[in-house]
Amino acid sequence: MLFSPTPLHIPDGFLNLVISLLFWALTMAMVGLAISKTNKTLGERQIPLMGVMAAFIFAAQMLNFPVAGGTSGHFLGGALAAIVLGPWAGILTMTAVVAVQGLLFQDGGLLVMGANIFNMGILTAAIGFGLYRAVRNRPRALRLGGIGVAAWLSTIAAALITSLQLWLSGTSRLEIVIPAMLGVHALIGFGEAVITVAAVAFIEQTRPDLLRAENSANGKWGWAVAGMGISLLVVLISPLASAKPDGLERIAEDLGFINAGRSAPYEILPDYTVPLLGETALSTILAGAIGALFVLGILILVGRRMSSRA
Amino acid sequence: MHVDAFNQYHAGESLIHHLDARAKVVVAISFIFSNALLPDGSWVTFTLAWMFLLLANELSGLGLGFTLKRSFVALPFALVAGSAIFSPLGEPLAVWDLGFMTLIPTDAGVRRFFSVLIRSWLSVQMAILLVATTPFPDLIHALEHLRAPRVLTTIIAFLYRYLFILTDEARRLLRARESRSANLSGRKHGGTLWWRAKVTGNMVGQLFIRSYERSDRIYKAMLSRGYAGHLRTLNPHIMRRFDWLILILSLTFLLLVQFLGWIQ
Repeated sequence: MLFSPTPLHIPDGFLNLVISLLFWALTMAMVGLAISKTNKTLGERQIPLMGVMAAFIFAAQMLNFPVAGGTSGHFLGGALAAIVLGPWAGILTMTAVVAVQGLLFQDGGLLVMGANIFNMGILTAAIGFGLYRAVRNRPRALRLGGIGVAAWLSTIAAALITSLQLWLSGTSRLEIVIPAMLGVHALIGFGEAVITVAAVAFIEQTRPDLLRAENSANGKWGWAVAGMGISLLVVLISPLASAKPDGLERIAEDLGFINAGRSAPYEILPDYTVPLLGETALSTILAGAIGALFVLGILILVGRRMSSRA
Repeated sequence: MHVDAFNQYHAGESLIHHLDARAKVVVAISFIFSNALLPDGSWVTFTLAWMFLLLANELSGLGLGFTLKRSFVALPFALVAGSAIFSPLGEPLAVWDLGFMTLIPTDAGVRRFFSVLIRSWLSVQMAILLVATTPFPDLIHALEHLRAPRVLTTIIAFLYRYLFILTDEARRLLRARESRSANLSGRKHGGTLWWRAKVTGNMVGQLFIRSYERSDRIYKAMLSRGYAGHLRTLNPHIMRRFDWLILILSLTFLLLVQFLGWIQ
């Protein structure tokens, strides 16, 4: 009943270990930052609020509308959460939503949860709040338009990065997954945009104080810059990737991470062997262990820094 | 709606049910980790991992096929992995000319495709077993003991606690829309797509305001009952010697599986 089976909740097994752990590290860094920021700017009262808001996003995903042929549009909520709660609280809220979807309903895996949180919580918050921050004090039409673009782009961005992760994990071919994912989500994103705009417009009319209260503490222009930067990246990559996937593959080749995409899982160490030991089973196992330890080391370092700051 | 409407917990008195939640979380995550680490096409070790899962199923008293029946949630995602069949790395198996494009399935591609499916299928089942044998509040406390940030676990606890209330609220909104949307069969009804989406957006806005105001009341009610920043539990959460034993046995088995998988 509460399932929103968009192909964005990646299950376990579809991403390789390196990509999974890399995105766990990124997500932990951002969530740690979000915790220390919300601790600083918001009071203790904020925790129950974020909890109930996370339940709100969850419940709001139930509210769908018939589109055509038995399908219905519904929404992810990442952009809306960041707009109405501010970016850091939005990130924490969406993290809780994705975590519960994965833990309780198996909608998305556990080892890949870092990637799922990043795609649906952090990226959407950055784009959603970033663009909203840029148009917040503009005339109403421009503001609502900006929010719509932000919501649409956040869906596209999530689909784009999901495709890239699948490709880098060697699970999908780029020329198939990109057009499929972006095509579907261009439509889903339209629903997301209309719902988000209507919801924000409704809140602006009935309780404008709520929007002001949540955003006054997060008035940094950095978000606008980050949001617009990421949006620009998405706008540049998406058409290139969907029209000419080999174009992206070419860039990847030039940048040198094509091998990771070609024969993932493990290409950090060449062919996954330790050079001195040659191509034996022992060498392969050792190489795997070194790779895992390396990522674990990054994770622990990031975790340390976060906990000392928080 | 009942407070436990979303609980996936299946009450029982089995060995697995009585295991400390921390041990269960660590074993479940290690199992999923181990699956991700196994090389493509290591069918023997995938089978061993499956045996481990079946054993856990049996010991939980929920029946051998318990997780199997619920394990197909991730299946739609298999479509995404389908394109792996055409990986350019392996030896070509056939050439399919579809007119607009030529598809060449390769042996490495097919191997990868089935490996991804099996990994995902095994991992999902372990996650299902974890939530089926652990009450959700215990699970959250286990995560807290495993150093998940307390702010986050508290938010998740609140989410879980109020999810059914807000779901009820969402249902009321849906029912209200339904009861105001009369239609005659054969006549055009329901407005434009744009209008329908806008109505839904207003409902989301309405739900937001109701949730926000409710969170305010909740917070005040909690303060008046002595809330001091975190949720308390009566469960002592102590790792007994038996929990350690099961934990170490399971991890040893998974290490063995890894070893077998890589020397193949």
